[in-house]
Amino acid sequence: MYTWIWRHLPGGLPGKITGSLVLLLAVSALLLFVVFPWLEPMLPLSDVTVR
Amino acid sequence: MNEDSQQPRHARPVRRSGLGRTVVRGIGQTLITLGLVVLLFVVYQVWVTDEINRGRQSELTQDLRQRWESAAEDPLDRPDGGPARLPLGEGFAFIRIPRFGLDYVRVILEGTDEDKLTEGPGHYPDSALPGEVGNFAMAGHRVGRGSPFLNLDQLDPDDAIIIETSDTWYVYRMLGASTAGGIPGRRIVEPEAVEVVDPVPGRSGEEPTRSLLTLTTCHPKFSAAQRLIIHAELDGAPLAKDDYPDGPPALTGG
Repeated sequence: MYTWIWRHLPGGLPGKITGSLVLLLAVSALLLFVVFPWLEPMLPLSDVTVR
Repeated sequence: MNEDSQQPRHARPVRRSGLGRTVVRGIGQTLITLGLVVLLFVVYQVWVTDEINRGRQSELTQDLRQRWESAAEDPLDRPDGGPARLPLGEGFAFIRIPRFGLDYVRVILEGTDEDKLTEGPGHYPDSALPGEVGNFAMAGHRVGRGSPFLNLDQLDPDDAIIIETSDTWYVYRMLGASTAGGIPGRRIVEPEAVEVVDPVPGRSGEEPTRSLLTLTTCHPKFSAAQRLIIHAELDGAPLAKDDYPDGPPALTGG
Protein backbone atom coordinates (compact mmCIF):
# COMPACT_ATOMS: atom_id res chain seq x y z
CA MET A 1 0.00 0.00 0.00
CA TYR A 2 2.70 2.48 1.03
CA THR A 3 4.80 1.49 -1.98
CA TRP A 4 1.83 2.07 -4.23
CA ILE A 5 1.16 5.52 -2.76
CA TRP A 6 4.82 6.48 -2.99
CA ARG A 7 4.96 5.45 -6.64
CA HIS A 8 1.86 7.42 -7.48
CA LEU A 9 2.84 10.66 -5.75
CA PRO A 10 3.83 13.25 -8.35
CA GLY A 11 6.62 15.79 -8.43
CA GLY A 12 9.88 13.89 -8.11
CA LEU A 13 11.52 13.38 -4.72
CA PRO A 14 10.59 16.81 -3.23
CA GLY A 15 7.05 16.42 -4.45
CA LYS A 16 6.79 12.91 -3.06
CA ILE A 17 8.10 14.00 0.34
CA THR A 18 5.70 16.95 0.47
CA GLY A 19 2.83 14.78 -0.69
CA SER A 20 3.59 12.15 1.96
CA LEU A 21 3.66 14.75 4.73
CA VAL A 22 0.37 16.25 3.57
CA LEU A 23 -1.23 12.82 3.49
CA LEU A 24 0.18 11.97 6.92
CA LEU A 25 -1.16 15.20 8.42
CA ALA A 26 -4.55 14.74 6.79
CA VAL A 27 -4.91 11.21 8.14
CA SER A 28 -3.74 12.26 11.62
CA ALA A 29 -6.20 15.16 11.71
CA LEU A 30 -9.02 12.90 10.58
CA LEU A 31 -8.20 10.42 13.35
CA LEU A 32 -7.69 13.01 16.09
CA PHE A 33 -10.67 15.21 15.43
CA VAL A 34 -13.26 12.92 13.87
CA VAL A 35 -12.59 9.24 14.48
CA PHE A 36 -11.26 9.29 18.05
CA PRO A 37 -13.93 11.60 19.49
CA TRP A 38 -16.54 9.33 17.98
CA LEU A 39 -14.85 6.13 19.08
CA GLU A 40 -13.86 7.11 22.59
CA PRO A 41 -17.24 7.03 24.36
CA MET A 42 -17.62 3.43 23.27
CA LEU A 43 -14.41 2.35 24.96
CA PRO A 44 -14.47 1.48 28.66
CA LEU A 45 -11.33 3.52 29.31
CA SER A 46 -12.66 6.61 30.94
CA ASP A 47 -15.51 5.77 33.31
CA VAL A 48 -15.13 7.89 36.38
CA THR A 49 -18.57 7.67 37.93
CA VAL A 50 -19.97 5.09 40.25
CA ARG A 51 -23.13 3.57 38.88
CA MET B 1 18.60 4.40 -15.90
CA ASN B 2 18.64 1.01 -14.36
CA GLU B 3 19.09 -1.32 -17.17
CA ASP B 4 17.83 -4.57 -15.86
CA SER B 5 19.02 -6.41 -18.92
CA GLN B 6 22.65 -5.73 -18.03
CA GLN B 7 22.33 -6.88 -14.41
CA PRO B 8 24.37 -4.07 -12.74
CA ARG B 9 26.42 -5.21 -9.81
CA HIS B 10 24.49 -3.20 -7.24
CA ALA B 11 21.13 -3.86 -8.70
CA ARG B 12 18.04 -3.24 -6.63
CA PRO B 13 16.40 -6.39 -5.43
CA VAL B 14 14.21 -7.65 -8.16
CA ARG B 15 10.56 -6.94 -7.48
CA ARG B 16 9.03 -10.33 -7.43
CA SER B 17 5.35 -10.68 -7.65
CA GLY B 18 3.44 -13.45 -5.98
CA LEU B 19 0.31 -13.75 -3.99
CA GLY B 20 2.02 -14.94 -0.80
CA ARG B 21 4.48 -12.04 -0.83
CA THR B 22 1.71 -9.50 -1.36
CA VAL B 23 -0.41 -10.94 1.42
CA VAL B 24 2.46 -11.05 3.92
CA ARG B 25 3.52 -7.52 3.07
CA GLY B 26 -0.08 -6.35 3.38
CA ILE B 27 -0.45 -7.91 6.83
CA GLY B 28 2.85 -6.42 7.97
CA GLN B 29 1.95 -2.95 6.81
CA THR B 30 -1.50 -3.19 8.36
CA LEU B 31 -0.06 -4.19 11.73
CA ILE B 32 2.47 -1.35 11.67
CA THR B 33 -0.29 1.06 10.73
CA LEU B 34 -2.53 -0.16 13.55
CA GLY B 35 0.34 0.26 16.00
CA LEU B 36 0.82 3.85 14.90
CA VAL B 37 -2.92 4.52 15.16
CA VAL B 38 -2.94 3.20 18.74
CA LEU B 39 0.02 5.43 19.59
CA LEU B 40 -1.82 8.38 18.12
CA PHE B 41 -4.85 7.47 20.23
CA VAL B 42 -2.71 7.70 23.36
CA VAL B 43 -1.53 11.15 22.23
CA TYR B 44 -5.18 12.06 21.74
CA GLN B 45 -6.27 10.79 25.16
CA VAL B 46 -3.48 12.38 27.12
CA TRP B 47 -2.83 15.67 25.32
CA VAL B 48 -5.34 16.57 22.64
CA THR B 49 -8.39 16.17 24.87
CA ASP B 50 -6.61 18.35 27.46
CA GLU B 51 -6.21 21.12 24.92
CA ILE B 52 -9.83 20.92 23.80
CA ASN B 53 -10.94 20.91 27.43
CA ARG B 54 -8.84 23.97 28.28
CA GLY B 55 -10.67 26.01 25.67
CA ARG B 56 -14.05 24.76 26.85
CA GLN B 57 -13.27 25.44 30.52
CA SER B 58 -12.32 29.04 29.82
CA GLU B 59 -15.59 29.53 27.92
CA LEU B 60 -17.54 28.02 30.81
CA THR B 61 -15.65 30.21 33.28
CA GLN B 62 -16.52 33.35 31.35
CA ASP B 63 -20.14 32.27 31.04
CA LEU B 64 -20.50 31.60 34.74
CA ARG B 65 -18.75 34.80 35.86
CA GLN B 66 -20.92 36.77 33.47
CA ARG B 67 -24.11 35.18 34.73
CA TRP B 68 -23.08 35.91 38.31
CA GLU B 69 -22.27 39.54 37.50
CA SER B 70 -25.40 40.17 35.50
CA ALA B 71 -27.37 39.25 38.62
CA ALA B 72 -29.30 36.73 36.60
CA GLU B 73 -31.12 34.26 38.71
CA ASP B 74 -28.70 31.82 40.31
CA PRO B 75 -30.17 28.33 40.15
CA LEU B 76 -28.52 27.62 43.49
CA ASP B 77 -30.70 30.25 45.17
CA ARG B 78 -33.86 28.71 46.49
CA PRO B 79 -35.87 31.19 48.51
CA ASP B 80 -38.63 28.65 48.95
CA GLY B 81 -36.19 26.01 50.21
CA GLY B 82 -37.50 23.43 47.77
CA PRO B 83 -35.22 20.96 46.02
CA ALA B 84 -33.03 22.63 43.42
CA ARG B 85 -33.05 21.53 39.82
CA LEU B 86 -29.92 22.72 38.17
CA PRO B 87 -29.98 22.82 34.38
CA LEU B 88 -28.03 19.79 33.10
CA GLY B 89 -24.74 20.66 31.45
CA GLU B 90 -24.57 24.15 32.91
CA GLY B 91 -21.71 25.32 35.11
CA PHE B 92 -22.80 26.43 38.57
CA ALA B 93 -19.71 26.59 40.81
CA PHE B 94 -15.91 26.45 40.86
CA ILE B 95 -13.77 23.91 42.62
CA ARG B 96 -10.31 24.89 43.86
CA ILE B 97 -7.76 22.59 45.43
CA PRO B 98 -4.84 24.58 46.86
CA ARG B 99 -2.68 21.42 47.04
CA PHE B 100 -2.71 21.41 43.22
CA GLY B 101 -1.63 25.04 43.04
CA LEU B 102 -3.35 28.41 43.16
CA ASP B 103 -4.14 28.19 39.47
CA TYR B 104 -6.15 25.01 39.95
CA VAL B 105 -9.72 26.13 39.26
CA ARG B 106 -12.38 24.15 37.42
CA VAL B 107 -15.98 24.87 36.59
CA ILE B 108 -18.32 22.20 37.98
CA LEU B 109 -21.15 21.24 35.65
CA GLU B 110 -24.46 19.66 36.50
CA GLY B 111 -24.65 15.99 35.48
CA THR B 112 -22.25 13.08 35.18
CA ASP B 113 -22.87 11.97 31.61
CA GLU B 114 -19.80 11.74 29.44
CA ASP B 115 -20.66 14.86 27.45
CA LYS B 116 -20.55 16.88 30.68
CA LEU B 117 -17.45 15.20 32.10
CA THR B 118 -15.63 15.99 28.87
CA GLU B 119 -16.00 19.65 29.80
CA GLY B 120 -15.26 19.47 33.52
CA PRO B 121 -16.05 17.81 36.84
CA GLY B 122 -19.73 16.86 36.98
CA HIS B 123 -22.11 17.00 39.92
CA TYR B 124 -24.21 13.90 40.65
CA PRO B 125 -27.67 15.47 40.17
CA ASP B 126 -29.29 13.62 43.06
CA SER B 127 -26.59 14.53 45.55
CA ALA B 128 -26.53 17.58 47.83
CA LEU B 129 -25.57 21.08 46.74
CA PRO B 130 -22.53 23.00 48.04
CA GLY B 131 -22.73 23.58 51.77
CA GLU B 132 -25.85 21.52 52.30
CA VAL B 133 -26.18 18.80 54.87
CA GLY B 134 -25.70 15.59 52.94
CA ASN B 135 -23.15 14.64 50.32
CA PHE B 136 -22.09 17.06 47.57
CA ALA B 137 -20.68 14.54 45.07
CA MET B 138 -18.75 15.06 41.86
CA ALA B 139 -17.09 12.88 39.23
CA GLY B 140 -14.12 13.97 37.15
CA HIS B 141 -11.63 12.59 34.68
CA ARG B 142 -8.26 11.33 35.84
CA VAL B 143 -6.28 11.37 32.59
CA GLY B 144 -7.24 13.55 29.67
CA ARG B 145 -10.08 16.01 29.17
CA GLY B 146 -8.38 18.51 31.42
CA SER B 147 -7.39 15.78 33.89
CA PRO B 148 -9.17 17.60 36.72
CA PHE B 149 -8.78 14.73 39.18
CA LEU B 150 -5.38 13.44 38.01
CA ASN B 151 -3.65 13.87 41.37
CA LEU B 152 -6.45 13.12 43.81
CA ASP B 153 -4.29 10.33 45.22
CA GLN B 154 -1.81 12.98 46.40
CA LEU B 155 -4.30 14.72 48.67
CA ASP B 156 -3.62 14.36 52.39
CA PRO B 157 -6.10 14.43 55.26
CA ASP B 158 -7.03 18.03 56.16
CA ASP B 159 -6.23 19.32 52.67
CA ALA B 160 -8.71 21.98 51.63
CA ILE B 161 -11.18 21.53 48.79
CA ILE B 162 -12.82 24.89 48.18
CA ILE B 163 -16.13 25.40 46.40
CA GLU B 164 -16.96 28.87 45.09
CA THR B 165 -20.56 29.81 44.32
CA SER B 166 -21.97 33.17 43.27
CA ASP B 167 -21.69 34.68 46.75
CA THR B 168 -20.07 32.10 49.03
CA TRP B 169 -16.88 30.13 49.70
CA TYR B 170 -17.29 26.65 51.14
CA VAL B 171 -14.14 25.15 52.59
CA TYR B 172 -14.16 21.37 52.85
CA ARG B 173 -11.30 19.40 54.33
CA MET B 174 -10.36 15.87 53.45
CA LEU B 175 -11.20 13.36 56.19
CA GLY B 176 -8.56 11.26 57.89
CA ALA B 177 -7.94 7.56 57.54
CA SER B 178 -10.78 6.62 59.81
CA THR B 179 -12.82 9.28 61.47
CA ALA B 180 -15.87 8.99 63.64
CA GLY B 181 -18.71 7.67 61.55
CA GLY B 182 -16.48 5.28 59.64
CA ILE B 183 -16.04 7.43 56.55
CA PRO B 184 -12.41 7.42 55.44
CA GLY B 185 -10.86 10.34 53.57
CA ARG B 186 -9.69 8.15 50.73
CA ARG B 187 -10.73 4.76 49.50
CA ILE B 188 -10.64 2.64 46.41
CA VAL B 189 -13.84 0.88 45.47
CA GLU B 190 -15.42 -1.11 42.68
CA PRO B 191 -17.24 0.82 39.94
CA GLU B 192 -20.60 -0.39 41.26
CA ALA B 193 -20.09 1.12 44.72
CA VAL B 194 -22.83 3.74 44.34
CA GLU B 195 -23.14 3.96 48.11
CA VAL B 196 -20.16 6.34 48.22
CA VAL B 197 -22.35 9.14 46.87
CA ASP B 198 -25.22 8.45 49.24
CA PRO B 199 -26.12 11.29 51.66
CA VAL B 200 -24.30 9.30 54.32
CA PRO B 201 -21.62 7.48 52.32
CA GLY B 202 -21.88 3.74 52.73
CA ARG B 203 -25.19 3.84 54.56
CA SER B 204 -28.08 4.00 52.19
CA GLY B 205 -31.23 5.47 53.58
CA GLU B 206 -29.66 6.97 56.67
CA GLU B 207 -30.54 10.58 57.46
CA PRO B 208 -27.46 12.82 56.99
CA THR B 209 -26.25 15.11 59.76
CA ARG B 210 -22.90 16.21 58.30
CA SER B 211 -22.06 18.29 55.24
CA LEU B 212 -19.77 16.10 53.18
CA LEU B 213 -18.13 16.38 49.79
CA THR B 214 -17.20 13.40 47.64
CA LEU B 215 -14.99 13.20 44.55
CA THR B 216 -14.96 10.12 42.32
CA THR B 217 -12.51 9.34 39.55
CA CYS B 218 -11.06 6.28 37.88
CA HIS B 219 -8.31 4.18 39.35
CA PRO B 220 -5.60 3.27 38.60
CA LYS B 221 -4.57 5.96 36.13
CA PHE B 222 -5.28 5.03 32.51
CA SER B 223 -7.75 2.41 33.64
CA ALA B 224 -11.36 2.19 34.64
CA ALA B 225 -11.09 -0.97 36.69
CA GLN B 226 -11.82 0.74 40.00
CA ARG B 227 -12.76 4.11 41.45
CA LEU B 228 -10.72 6.40 43.65
CA ILE B 229 -12.97 8.13 46.18
CA ILE B 230 -12.14 11.21 48.27
CA HIS B 231 -14.41 12.25 51.12
CA ALA B 232 -14.20 15.68 52.76
CA GLU B 233 -16.26 17.54 55.31
CA LEU B 234 -17.34 21.16 55.49
CA ASP B 235 -14.94 23.03 57.76
CA GLY B 236 -16.59 25.87 59.65
CA ALA B 237 -19.26 28.23 58.44
CA PRO B 238 -19.53 29.27 54.80
CA LEU B 239 -17.66 32.51 54.09
CA ALA B 240 -19.32 35.37 52.25
CA LYS B 241 -17.44 36.46 49.15
CA ASP B 242 -18.10 40.07 50.11
CA ASP B 243 -15.93 39.53 53.20
CA TYR B 244 -13.29 37.51 51.36
CA PRO B 245 -13.15 38.83 47.81
CA ASP B 246 -9.76 37.20 47.17
CA GLY B 247 -10.69 33.83 48.55
CA PRO B 248 -10.85 32.23 51.98
CA PRO B 249 -7.70 31.93 54.10
CA ALA B 250 -7.59 28.21 53.28
CA LEU B 251 -6.84 29.08 49.66
CA THR B 252 -3.42 30.37 50.59
CA GLY B 253 -2.61 27.74 53.16
CA GLY B 254 -4.58 29.03 56.15
